[in-house]
Amino acid sequence: MQKLVQLLEFGAPGAKSLEEIRQQVASAGCSSKGGSGKSSCGSAAGQGDLPPEVWEKVKNHPCYSEQAHHHFARMHVAVAPACNIQCNYCNRKYDCANESRPGVVSEKLTPEQAAKKVLAVASSVPQMTVLGVAGPGDPLANPQKTFKTFELVSATAPDIKLCLSTNGLSLPDHVDRIQAMNVDHVTITINMIDPEIGAKIYPWIFYNHRRYEGVEASRILSERQLLGLEMLTARGILVKVNSVMIPGVNDKHLVEVNKAVKSRGAFLHNIMPLISEPEHGTVYGLSGLRGPSAQELKALQDACEGEMNMMRHCRQCRADAVGLLGEDRSDEFSNEKVAAMEITYDLEARKAYQAKVELEREAIAKAKTAELVKLADETSAIKIQVAIATKGGGRVNEHFGHAHEFQIYEVSTAGAKFVGHRRVDLYCEGGYAAADGAATIIRALNDCTAVLVAKIGICPKDALAEAGIEAVETYAFEFIETSVIAYFKDYLQRVEKKEINHVAKGDADIRQGAFTEA
Amino acid sequence: MAYKIISSQCTACSACEPECPNVAIFEKGGTFHINPKKCTECLGHFDMAQCVAVCPVEGTCVIDKSVPRYQAPA
Repeated sequence: MQKLVQLLEFGAPGAKSLEEIRQQVASAGCSSKGGSGKSSCGSAAGQGDLPPEVWEKVKNHPCYSEQAHHHFARMHVAVAPACNIQCNYCNRKYDCANESRPGVVSEKLTPEQAAKKVLAVASSVPQMTVLGVAGPGDPLANPQKTFKTFELVSATAPDIKLCLSTNGLSLPDHVDRIQAMNVDHVTITINMIDPEIGAKIYPWIFYNHRRYEGVEASRILSERQLLGLEMLTARGILVKVNSVMIPGVNDKHLVEVNKAVKSRGAFLHNIMPLISEPEHGTVYGLSGLRGPSAQELKALQDACEGEMNMMRHCRQCRADAVGLLGEDRSDEFSNEKVAAMEITYDLEARKAYQAKVELEREAIAKAKTAELVKLADETSAIKIQVAIATKGGGRVNEHFGHAHEFQIYEVSTAGAKFVGHRRVDLYCEGGYAAADGAATIIRALNDCTAVLVAKIGICPKDALAEAGIEAVETYAFEFIETSVIAYFKDYLQRVEKKEINHVAKGDADIRQGAFTEA
Repeated sequence: MAYKIISSQCTACSACEPECPNVAIFEKGGTFHINPKKCTECLGHFDMAQCVAVCPVEGTCVIDKSVPRYQAPA
């Protein structure tokens, strides 16, 4: 059934044209319940130990499934500028340092503008499956704007999953509405469960018409966060908990936070590094507190990884990001450009893309299983990290010089595991190598033994080799995990034949500043 | 007196607008403003001025000394 919706006067004042789209979609028989996933859920491609009903919810959500983030994109709409708490890692005067590039004011959107933008993106980016409201303030400090946006989007683009990210202070008041609107993914930022530690993170909260400060503020915030978490999980809504790792403030305490949220049914825990520079104008930035190193972050994530899934692919993206995680196409969809677009919402084309991804995922899973079998008779205590240059689709398909980031896999005879990503400044800018050569990239990949790329020039290859990082083109355009395992097998053989020496690698830097394409 | 918003510091985050018990706050020219004729400094409503309490930029919502003191009805 073809569901073509033509929107003729897209630039005209909002309500009417949106209403037209809504009516046409409704008459074409779409459910407003959301969720188009009709494909078989018994697929081995990434389901792991998840129950089928949970896998069905997360498999196309790039922020909830590491596996999905290779294939699916998300967008955030900045409809929620107001916030009800103050965090020491955020300066609202210059936008939130952890959500947006500091100093650049994102375009604020009305719910109507946001709903149009979602349609515009969904029609030209079939892999866009998720709409999130993540600020730049707190979605639930702007409940009217947030829920109006969801209402408009679910009426016109019923297959798009809705999610929101909140500090949790107002969460208990809105749980029923969240459930009624079929928002089935909620992220709560929980940085502490001990108000004494909270007092070092949150100078104040605004609650019940009062400003609370100090330990009392954090006690109220923590109670509300944990209550909201329990209420959501009791209703079967998936909850991801975000925590900012602040060295010397809550880094050790986050193990306790992890236990507390796990016992209350959180589905996924995402520990992110503090982003802190003086120019962000934040309390931490100005006082000289800095973020953790890559290995400090990984050690904490490893310590928390028990029965609970840890998210390691978070890109700490802008509150108005558009695209695959790690890319930002928001510039293509500015208010002005969206207003001028003619939009066709083609649900069938979107479903066709998603079915294609399903096939690709199964191929990846099969290839990985086959490669793991080959590794089965190897035994070795060696464990290395391998960096990958990729632009999506789960393949080694990016040139070294064009990579904005590298994905990091840890590999041993037990198999390959994604452990994070490293954002870098482009090596190759407009055809010329960066002024400081590959130095900053080497610092970002310093804990890796090799980097797998589609292609690399001689200069950076030599610079990497000097730093003890082997640049490998052999696996160009192959599946990532298969390539990592194959490389590791080859590495072990070379160590065994004494062609190379295994060297334990050091630590690496985490690039500061949120990702922007510009 | 009433409160006023110092425009150069206002981030236009809109947090104050719905909190005002007198619906005195409005957006104009990209920032928010307080209508001094409607502002009661939250007297009789709350213990603290709501715009001051919720504003993320300290010293942005301040007493406007250029207008007469608000007189609570007897």
